Amino acid sequence: MVHWSAEEKQLITGLWGKVNVAECGAEALARLLIVYPWTQRFFAAFGNLSSPTAVIGNPKVQAHGKKVLSSFGEAVKNLDNIKQCFAQLSKLHCDKLHVDPENFRLLGDILIIVLAANYGKEFSPACQAAWQKMVRVVAHALGHEYH
Amino acid sequence: MLTAEDKKLIQHIWGKLSGAEEEVGAEALWRMFHSYPPTKTYFPHFDLSQGSDQIRGHGQKVVAALGNAIKNLDNLSQALSELSNLHAYNLRVDPPRFSLQFLSQCLQVVLASRLGKEYSPEVHSAIDKFMSAVAAVLAEKYR
Repeated sequence: MVHWSAEEKQLITGLWGKVNVAECGAEALARLLIVYPWTQRFFAAFGNLSSPTAVIGNPKVQAHGKKVLSSFGEAVKNLDNIKQCFAQLSKLHCDKLHVDPENFRLLGDILIIVLAANYGKEFSPACQAAWQKMVRVVAHALGHEYH
Repeated sequence: MLTAEDKKLIQHIWGKLSGAEEEVGAEALWRMFHSYPPTKTYFPHFDLSQGSDQIRGHGQKVVAALGNAIKNLDNLSQALSELSNLHAYNLRVDPPRFSLQFLSQCLQVVLASRLGKEYSPEVHSAIDKFMSAVAAVLAEKYR
C-alpha cells in the first residue's frame, strides 16, 4: 500500500479542488495526441486529428479527456486504495483496449505540465513532487492487472 | 526530427527566458531532486539544500549548455560533442534517456509555470522533441 504523508494528501486534494476537470482533461488528452502522435493509434474512431488545432477542437477528444480525468478524480478520493479503485479499468485497458502501460506514464507527465501551466507559482516543487508520485501510482495501478 | 517550425518555436520561447537562465536552471534541478530523489545520487559532493550556491551554479551551467544547443539546432551533435564525451566517459550518468527524461520533465514544468498559456501544445511538443534530441546526442558515445 502506498504511504501518503499528510502534506502530500493536502497538496493533492487541495489542488484537485480547484481543477476544472472537463477543461484540464481535454487539454491533457489533446497534448498527449499532439506531443506523442503515435498515441493516436488508439483513437482512430475520433475523426480529425490531423493538426494541433484539429485535435484541440475535436469534440470526441474533449469528451474523452473529461472522462479520463474524472476517473483520475476517483483516485484522488481514494488515495489509500488506488490499486483496488483501478482494478477494473486496468483489466479493461489490457483486455479490451490493448494499451501499452507506458502510455499511462506519458499522460501522467503531460497532466503535470498542464497543471504547471494553469497554476504557475502555486505548482510548487513540493506540489509537483506529490503529483509526480500520484501519477506514478495511478499508472502503476492501471498496469497492475495486465497479463 | 526537429522541423523548421519547431526550431522557430524553441528559439522564440527560449528568448523569453532572457535574464532568468540561472533561476530557471536552479529551479529545474531543485524540482528534479525533489520529485526524483534517485537523481541526487549523482551529486553526493553537492550541498543539496534549497537555494544552495552549488545548485544555482550547476543550474546555470545546464541552462547555458541548452542555450548553446538552441543556437546550433542544425548541428546538435557537434554543439554537444564535448558534453557528450563528458557524460559518456566521465560522469557516466545512467543513460540520458532515463535521467534526462526527469530533467526534461522538470524543465518543462518550470517553463510551463512561468509561461502559462504561452506554453502551448505546439511549444510543448517542440521542447519535448528538443530535449529528446539532446538526450540522444548525450548518449551517443556511451558504448
